[in-house]
Amino acid sequence: MTSKIKNFPGTPLSESDFTEGKVLSIHDEMRPQFAWDTGIGIGSYLAALKEGYLLGSHCKTCEKTVIPPRTVCEWCFDPMDSYVRLEDTGTINTFSLCYVTWDVQRITEPELPAVIEIDGASPLHGILHKLGEVKPEDIHIGMKVQAVWKPAEEREGAITDILYFKPIKEAGS
Amino acid sequence: MSERVAVIGVGWSGYRPVSPELSYKELMYEAAVKAYADAGVDPRTEVDSFVSVAEDFIEGTSIFDEYVPDQLGAALKPVHTIPGDGLHGLATGVMLVKTGQAHVVAVEAHSKASNVLSLPEITAYAQDPVLNRPLKLNSEFIAGLEMHRYMHETGTSLEQCAAVAVKNKRNALNNPLAAYGANWILDDALNGPQLAWPLIKSQASDHADGAIVVVLASETRAKVLSDRPVWVLGAGWCNGAPSLESREWGTVPYITKAADMAYRQAGIDNPKEAIKFAEVDDTYAYKELMHLEALGLCGRGEAGSLTEEGMTKTDGKLPVNASGGSLGMGHLLDASGMSRALEVVLQLRGNAGDRQLAEVDIGLAQSWRGVPTTSGAVVILAN
Amino acid sequence: MGMRKVAVVGAGMTRFVRRALETPKELAWQATRMALNSCEMTLDDIDAVCMGTAPDAFDSVHMKGEYLSDGAGAWGKPYMRSYVGGGTGVFAPIQGWYHVASGMFDTCLVVCEEKMSSYFPHAQAAFNTIFDHTTERALLPNLLWIFALEMNRYMNAYGISKEDIARVAVKNKRNAADHPCALLGDPDITVDDVLNSELLAWPVNRLDVSPVSDGAVTIVLAAEEVAKRITDKPIWIQGVGWSLDTAYWANRDLAYPTYVEYAARMAYEMAGVKEPRKEINIVEPYDPFDYKECHHLEGLQLADKGGAPQLVADGVTLRTGNMPVCPSGGLLGVGNPIAAAGLMKVAELFWQLRGEAGARQVPGQPKRGLAQAWGDLMQVGTVVIMGTEPGGEVAR
Repeated sequence: MTSKIKNFPGTPLSESDFTEGKVLSIHDEMRPQFAWDTGIGIGSYLAALKEGYLLGSHCKTCEKTVIPPRTVCEWCFDPMDSYVRLEDTGTINTFSLCYVTWDVQRITEPELPAVIEIDGASPLHGILHKLGEVKPEDIHIGMKVQAVWKPAEEREGAITDILYFKPIKEAGS
Repeated sequence: MSERVAVIGVGWSGYRPVSPELSYKELMYEAAVKAYADAGVDPRTEVDSFVSVAEDFIEGTSIFDEYVPDQLGAALKPVHTIPGDGLHGLATGVMLVKTGQAHVVAVEAHSKASNVLSLPEITAYAQDPVLNRPLKLNSEFIAGLEMHRYMHETGTSLEQCAAVAVKNKRNALNNPLAAYGANWILDDALNGPQLAWPLIKSQASDHADGAIVVVLASETRAKVLSDRPVWVLGAGWCNGAPSLESREWGTVPYITKAADMAYRQAGIDNPKEAIKFAEVDDTYAYKELMHLEALGLCGRGEAGSLTEEGMTKTDGKLPVNASGGSLGMGHLLDASGMSRALEVVLQLRGNAGDRQLAEVDIGLAQSWRGVPTTSGAVVILAN
Repeated sequence: MGMRKVAVVGAGMTRFVRRALETPKELAWQATRMALNSCEMTLDDIDAVCMGTAPDAFDSVHMKGEYLSDGAGAWGKPYMRSYVGGGTGVFAPIQGWYHVASGMFDTCLVVCEEKMSSYFPHAQAAFNTIFDHTTERALLPNLLWIFALEMNRYMNAYGISKEDIARVAVKNKRNAADHPCALLGDPDITVDDVLNSELLAWPVNRLDVSPVSDGAVTIVLAAEEVAKRITDKPIWIQGVGWSLDTAYWANRDLAYPTYVEYAARMAYEMAGVKEPRKEINIVEPYDPFDYKECHHLEGLQLADKGGAPQLVADGVTLRTGNMPVCPSGGLLGVGNPIAAAGLMKVAELFWQLRGEAGARQVPGQPKRGLAQAWGDLMQVGTVVIMGTEPGGEVAR
């Protein structure tokens, strides 16, 4: 019966309705705090990052090596208790040039998020991270990259212990 | 449609005040592995649908259902989340089976309460953002208001409420899952700091971590998979007034409606006769009394004196919270109702160890979602 | 034993606006009242209520479902909220379906409400918390990242251009010009307008994206015997499906939505649809970004892998084409109050299949339509198939 209805409810407001005080509002800021237990799988991953390497886990049933490591294989539901040290190099699976920050501030130099397939993990198994030391126009899918780490004394066991991934000079380039 | 539904497997992890050695995923995995082994099913091939219960602000993650499938064996399967109590999740599983489209359903609930550093603030954000929250009151004032009005209307005494806490703390001593068992006497439950008068801290439950997974099956599948199915005779749920300004403070009509729905499905006309034991919400000691009355398991205003007389002890006529309840086991947030359904299943199967009740064949589990909600559910289970 | 048949008998919606005067409860109430009025029912006729609404973070209201309950008409009734992120708007009617199909209830309200404007300064910031708290959130990702990453992968895998994809935004925003509730309808928009709009996160430009909005939609469901008393034009829910993929999204191929395929296959089987490309007359796939419409048509088996952009280019997906896609105007045109936007697609099928869609009416008396939503970390597909006949296979 939409075609018969002429007036739909819902009243749009404009910015001036607020600035001119026509509409009142309450401002409040929520500050929830958490301390998430990292457990066995992710705990091992963070410990490895602190040491300066990437850790994966291996499923003997599916013959898959995954990153980040986990204690159960999501495909066969068997426990995964075999951990594998992986390379800190990989291949760009996909990337973006992002001109807005996480809280929607406009920026002129883009952030460079990418999914990077990690060497030593099974094909198509990557992690989310950022790219650096590269011109945006030079980035391409399939590009080889390597992690750039924080100095050992500054590492704290977090994904930000890797600053970004930078291109590896390819032979002949 | 209308095929009976059975619980064919249960699994749990916990309950403990903290669980730093396991991530929430690993906690869920432990419960899931046990439940699937108990049911004798492979989640990758034999479970048709998965339900989890969770609230984003408790998890500290928006859209928490993202992080559910892997540790439940549910990747690339029908999975959805109910932001409700575990018993809402169980009721959802029952509905899915009754459509005839799913034959085996797994339902999961968990608590990582120890990871939430600012739980009182988060609970405050469940208050009305315009009318109530700006007053900046700790949400437990709502329990204080309700407890006071309930005591006023029914003549229930603080000592009668304390008797609930003593009973449940002692029951928990016989339950290896319980995190807060204690050999209390009445004085222990009458003394200590105030939370929101007349509510004192010793009559409020502390939080615990844990996870529970329950596997449901249609009658046809249950008879193949299980030699000791526990039948879901009824599942009811209801919401009352969400606003503080329009609710009835001395009663909980939404629990009565939820119970009536479950009793009707179960064909129970006289719950006092039919229900042999109950696991009811005791987030605060007075709530157990309020809930027993709302469930029709005793008359209005009688629960306090009947508790003092021992009716609800494990050797009484109607054992209530033989598990230790939330006061004894620890409050598992939205997994609380599920922990009660688990207890009912274990009792009916005769797997309750030192706390096993004699000759029980039909039990009731009831949940409440805590302040400031008026939301609860009831499940009736039987051999 | 045959499955209990469930029909949609009424629908209502608010306008989708950038920032609404109404509170979340009031938006839910407005849509619900309109839906009940549309089928001449009152709350007394309703047995249960289902709620769909996306992250609590938008409103900063913990247990948002509880907060919304009275606005949704749930006071004193069995009430539950279901949740699968962006897929919620098409999951809530599935939840309503199982409430009725189970035999537990004869009638059920399905209410979806979203108020994204409360979040200050911009709702996008709330999306940071959808990422893994330990392994991803510290990188300060935003929602645009995952769309841009997926879109780039999709374009690269099949050699698809930005122009190919921009045509979807043009089609949907033009369609929305005929929708009385639309926020961004524009009959004159061109491909160049989309390509020249502000670059947000290459390859995503501003007009590739649907706008955050406030709004609510409600539908009324009834069991067969009740539905036939209420209306002589019930629209039947013939099939439902949903599937959730692994949370480890960087461990999968982003070029193809396998979870949408699984959800669609589940729904097709239940609806008895064997050749979807011939048997589905109208499609309302989820289009929060323009490339997603193509991505989803492929997952739904309504286009070959990488082939959806050609269907768009050939005009097949126009309102007057052989397979109209998003005749409502979709999220790109009508707006994207997340859960409400998904349910808007189901309401659109209801109006289209009853021949009541006015200027948006698809010609040729369509018999069957499909609505689909998507959400989480590029992870969940939800599908509802509706038709003018009960249809469907008997239960296994």
